[in-house]
Amino acid sequence: MELTRRDAAAALAALGASGGVALGARVAADRSRDGDPGEDPEADGTASDDETVRETLTAVASVVYPSDLAGVDAFVETFLAGRLDDSAHAAGVRETVAELNHLANSWHGAPVADLDAADRDRLLREVGADAADEDPDGTTAERVRYYVVNELLLALYASPTGGELVGIENPQGHPGGAESYQRGPP
Amino acid sequence: MSGAGLAGDERSDVDAIDRTPVPDADVCVVGAGPAGALVADRLAGDRDVVILDAGPRFDPADRLARQERAIRPSYGRPDVWDVGGERDAHESAGDRYYPLNHARVKGVGGSTLHWQGMVMRLHEDDFNSGSERGVGPDWPIDYADLRPYYAAAERELGVAGASDNPYAPPREEPHPMPPFEPSYSDSLFAEACESLGIDMHSVPNARNSEPYEGRSPCVGYGTCQPVCPSGAKYDATVHVERAEERGATVIDRAPVERLEHDGDDRVTAAVYATPDGERHRQTADAFVVAAGGVETPRLLLLSASDRYPDGLANGSGHVGEFFMDHLFAGAGGTLDEPTRQNHVGFYTSACDQFYDEADESRAPFKLEFFNYAGPSPVESALSGDDWGDPLRDRLRSEYGNHVAMGGLVEQRPDADSRVTLAGDRTDDRGNPVPRIEWTVGDRALDTIERANEIQVSILEELGADVEWVAGPDATGPAYHHMGTTRMSDDPDRGVVDADCRTHDLGNCWIASSSVFPTSGAMNPTLTIAALALRVADGVEARLSRGT
Repeated sequence: MELTRRDAAAALAALGASGGVALGARVAADRSRDGDPGEDPEADGTASDDETVRETLTAVASVVYPSDLAGVDAFVETFLAGRLDDSAHAAGVRETVAELNHLANSWHGAPVADLDAADRDRLLREVGADAADEDPDGTTAERVRYYVVNELLLALYASPTGGELVGIENPQGHPGGAESYQRGPP
Repeated sequence: MSGAGLAGDERSDVDAIDRTPVPDADVCVVGAGPAGALVADRLAGDRDVVILDAGPRFDPADRLARQERAIRPSYGRPDVWDVGGERDAHESAGDRYYPLNHARVKGVGGSTLHWQGMVMRLHEDDFNSGSERGVGPDWPIDYADLRPYYAAAERELGVAGASDNPYAPPREEPHPMPPFEPSYSDSLFAEACESLGIDMHSVPNARNSEPYEGRSPCVGYGTCQPVCPSGAKYDATVHVERAEERGATVIDRAPVERLEHDGDDRVTAAVYATPDGERHRQTADAFVVAAGGVETPRLLLLSASDRYPDGLANGSGHVGEFFMDHLFAGAGGTLDEPTRQNHVGFYTSACDQFYDEADESRAPFKLEFFNYAGPSPVESALSGDDWGDPLRDRLRSEYGNHVAMGGLVEQRPDADSRVTLAGDRTDDRGNPVPRIEWTVGDRALDTIERANEIQVSILEELGADVEWVAGPDATGPAYHHMGTTRMSDDPDRGVVDADCRTHDLGNCWIASSSVFPTSGAMNPTLTIAALALRVADGVEARLSRGT
């Protein structure tokens, strides 16, 4: 089964894209104003740049998405293009990706994107993201689960192709119309 | 996009808004939920109306983020609409825990922001429960009194429905919109019900089956309860916004802490707090308290004075008593075939066949055929300890063949089931929090068992493996707060009269399910809306007469 840019657009329609929630930008701006104006989270290594976020999440997607899916890279990139705005949520993604890459370098000698699939899977489990409950304000494991693993799983399984993969072409969160519930199984 | 964690923080707006009182207001409405919104909308234009609400004005642009909260496991139900904290502190006592903050939303739109949107009329006997069923008092009004207001309420909310329910009370005209078509799983249930001689029929939804008054038809987000991003599900922001367009003033984040009165038994002012810590007095000629079944009695009790030491409008002593909710009865299981669940978040078929068999020992109840049985794959995906192919395989095995039924059961009014003020716990402004003592009697519990029997018989006829039954031990509330300022012609037996005007104060009305003397087993919001429209007419008539 192939993920398409339409799926990514659908995931963004379900979860929101840049500009959809001006509030997020305000909160991020507030956070920025509250901090030291000289601070640059990318420069000091506490947040990843967007290219690193894309590379990392694409690499993680190859582990947490089913193996029979095609088009994963383009799906993730399109989704993140809408998702990585100036909101506090996007800041959380950038910061958590930086933290995950720091652990990858420490434990496996390379960032996530440069690890082979088995090591990526091992890293996520060593971090504890498999057993953790997601929490945006929690431990590293809980934040990796929230901002990395579940960010990707939410995008996939709220999209038509992701839903169809498990038997529902109009999954919760996707505005797939008020007809599919009336139809019998294909 | 902002993620789920960002919704609900309107801090930057707080200081910029003028929250000072409106001079020379005709009507002050306390609460911007459906009742308050409809009253305000009906009166605005001809009257200067001000609406005070304890909660914020939510940004419609945040709805996708709130939907994400509804799906993500990190957030509980109260988090979706920012309920909780010291503002919403409460105590639960009595036989059963009452999860109040799961059961309400504070803010413009009120609990219609998170409701499911099911809108049935009460049955004729519901208005005469004492004489027809031997339980509780009769209402001082009949179905016929409310019937035109029901029709008006259906037009206001926008109701999709059909006239195929042989057990529904008589109606004068079709619903404003055609009904939602039955679901695929309804067709499976229909065969089983036909074999058992059980009737299925459509169910009215306050949800657009087609474009209605500028609002979208349902597009199938599937998260109706607790948030509809498309606006197809009615919520009271519709009427708040219309009231504002017609001149009404809305003051949000303005919890009313007490009502003041004069020596002539008239309310003179609503005293409210604002985020800057100030207190203000909103004066008006008439006051309509529309703060729901818990905060309405709380406000009256907080307004105790030397003249009314037991609380305002509490000459009967019944303010806060007879707290009722509907009890849930349910059962579910799995079939060996696909059932196509969780495409939408509402149901399309019901059964009222057993409703009017109610008597002293059997409560009225209704049955619902769910379209959302079993796990939602996207929610399930976020909670496991697996990913990749094992997760895909688990989701496939979990999803697809669940079926379930629900039902609501009436709770008998009981003075010991009540809302009072907590003795030593206060909210963020130092006011005693509501203390809920929720008790459920044997009539309701026995009726839950009866509902379960029918549900299980249908499921078994369907060929399902019945895997769960929500019976008397597992029941819970449907989040319908009723009964705490009951309506009665007798000032000794009720808080408001047949016009929902308080017996004790001539210029104070209550628009809320708190006035229900008995609850029936139908979702209450259409009746709340009908009563609110009737209250608006009563207020207008009084203001016109200058009394």
